[in-house]
Amino acid sequence: MGGLDPVFERTRGEGRGALIGYLPAGFPTVDGSIDLLKGMIDAGCDLVEVGVPYSDPVMDGPVIQAAAETALKAGFRLRDLFTVVEAVSQAGGKAVVMTYWNPVFRYGVDAFSRDLAAAGGLGVITPDLIPDEGADWLAASEAHGLDRIFLVAPSSSEERIASTVAASSGFVYATAVMGVTGARDQVGGAAAGLVERTRAHTSLPIGVGLGVRSGAQAAEVASFADAVIVGSAFVTRAEEGVPGVRALAAELADGVRTARAPIG
Amino acid sequence: MTGEHQVPAAADPHQPGQHDPDTKGHFGPYGGRFMPEALIGALDELSAEYDKARLDPEFTAEFTRLLRDYAGRPSLLTEAPRFAEHAGGARVFLKREDLNHTGSHKINNVLGQALLTKRMGKKRVIAETGAGQHGVATATACALMGLDCVVYMGEVDTQRQALNVARMKLLGAEVIPVKSGSRTLKDAINEALRDWVTNVDSTHYLLGTAAGGHPFPVMVRNFHKVIGIEARAQFLELTGRLPDAVAACVGGGSNAIGIFHGFIDDPGVRLVGIEPGGKGIETGEHGATLSEGSPGMLHGALSYLLQDEDGQTIEAYSISAGLDYPGVGPEHAWLKDTDRAEYRSATDAEAMHAFQLLSRTEGIIPAIESSHALAGALKLGQELGPDGHILVNLSGRGDKDMDTAAKYFGFYEES
Repeated sequence: MGGLDPVFERTRGEGRGALIGYLPAGFPTVDGSIDLLKGMIDAGCDLVEVGVPYSDPVMDGPVIQAAAETALKAGFRLRDLFTVVEAVSQAGGKAVVMTYWNPVFRYGVDAFSRDLAAAGGLGVITPDLIPDEGADWLAASEAHGLDRIFLVAPSSSEERIASTVAASSGFVYATAVMGVTGARDQVGGAAAGLVERTRAHTSLPIGVGLGVRSGAQAAEVASFADAVIVGSAFVTRAEEGVPGVRALAAELADGVRTARAPIG
Repeated sequence: MTGEHQVPAAADPHQPGQHDPDTKGHFGPYGGRFMPEALIGALDELSAEYDKARLDPEFTAEFTRLLRDYAGRPSLLTEAPRFAEHAGGARVFLKREDLNHTGSHKINNVLGQALLTKRMGKKRVIAETGAGQHGVATATACALMGLDCVVYMGEVDTQRQALNVARMKLLGAEVIPVKSGSRTLKDAINEALRDWVTNVDSTHYLLGTAAGGHPFPVMVRNFHKVIGIEARAQFLELTGRLPDAVAACVGGGSNAIGIFHGFIDDPGVRLVGIEPGGKGIETGEHGATLSEGSPGMLHGALSYLLQDEDGQTIEAYSISAGLDYPGVGPEHAWLKDTDRAEYRSATDAEAMHAFQLLSRTEGIIPAIESSHALAGALKLGQELGPDGHILVNLSGRGDKDMDTAAKYFGFYEES
């Protein structure tokens, strides 16, 4: 039903995992982030996650914390998010937003959903909103046709996985490791197990994030998940500007294409 | 006073009651769990263990024994007549949490949660600290119970409270200076949460205030209820009546919620929280979350919050390292909205005046945090007049604040 379904229909049709790249809006500037995100899409990201810079990002490691601080110091305002999403969408890209919940709550959950949908955004990933607390969001996302991407973690019980995926649409975000964001040499062995446990409860695509930074890791993750989510590594490569993120996107896009397709 | 005041408060602070939040931790619309899914399992485990423990006579007896034999409870109730001369002639009574082991109310909650940590079979404890009082109390309980202890403390605060850093280290804790964000209490909590999500299987996050995701607000409150229960009985014994007002400082709000709950069912007793007014509300440099903030989420609960138009947290300021927190416990938000409690602020200058005044009139050096409550009492006394009876929660002692005070009053220049 949501706008994300065609993205995964295509990647599944091609027998590969989707590549999802993250970058905060407004990093290093509003215009700069638009160029970077367009470059990421152009070089192979099937979907981008546009992050909302936030003062207290408790799920993020040092790289994304620093990027958020840079964006906020450069004067990022929440309304700039919609500018970024609109620019990405108009260029033919597919975008979801990743945001801690307080900025949305403050803006007004319905107003945020309305404005995001109007800008062409397809859904929202909510790292600190669980479905139990999300009544407003469930209603607003229905009203404005946005997908709800909730998270599951290695520590989630079967019961919680079941209730979380039941409230989700578009895809489910599986956090590969217990910890904060940041590139790692190894993606946790817990990831494959979590994906398997989650599949038992849903036919939604499952994306795996936290720690992926190389084409080889992307290939590994794409062998058991429907999407590979890469964040901190893109933020780091953004130091080299558009060529940096394009190079990484291309490497990762090759990775998801060399993997054995997931069964499911 | 009327007879209704003489109804004894519930004596058992651990029994579930009408002031508990709903099963998901909501006080009215506030509280709840605005937390990453990765931590929900740990919060569920903690809730389940706490719900069992609070009804387990062995647990509550051990907690009560530690409060008595280790922390030194009950703490005294001391009348402060020379101080009260400056409070419009009202009678002022101090609940002496400063006399507890480690020098503040923080030990109550810490002993309770450390016992729970052992029940859960966890060996490692992490904590955040602002002024250092909660960090010292946590390091103390971990030393007592043989638990590994890591304390996150904003880099700015490690400098303001160097003595408490030394105390924690002596007690065997590792102190990690936090260099992110505003480098104060809020960022210490962020960093502790990042540690917790990484090490949740082995580690209990011993949160120091009545904030955070459920069950922290209700659990921390219940561990501190002993303050109010003792104070109510002592006040009745000493004066034959209840106070007109109970004043307590509010940063995160743990000492205030603890003493308030002794009187929450006494409608004639005003509950007055005093927030840090910093350099003055009009300057924007303050920590008066309930007075000046608006509803929002921080560190896992919906409550009042100092935030800008976009929902970005605004950094709080206070001369007191224990009060400069831009959030506040969710039950205080509910008490404010329902008008059961009222919240005011005292500036740095008003607090430091009260700090010096209590020292010189009563020979008691209060924590700068608690001095905000004393400053509030000076005003309440003026309002109530000579018939007024005020109870102040003297939540901590001021030894840790000597460097700040000496600089503030220019003592170093004199010598």
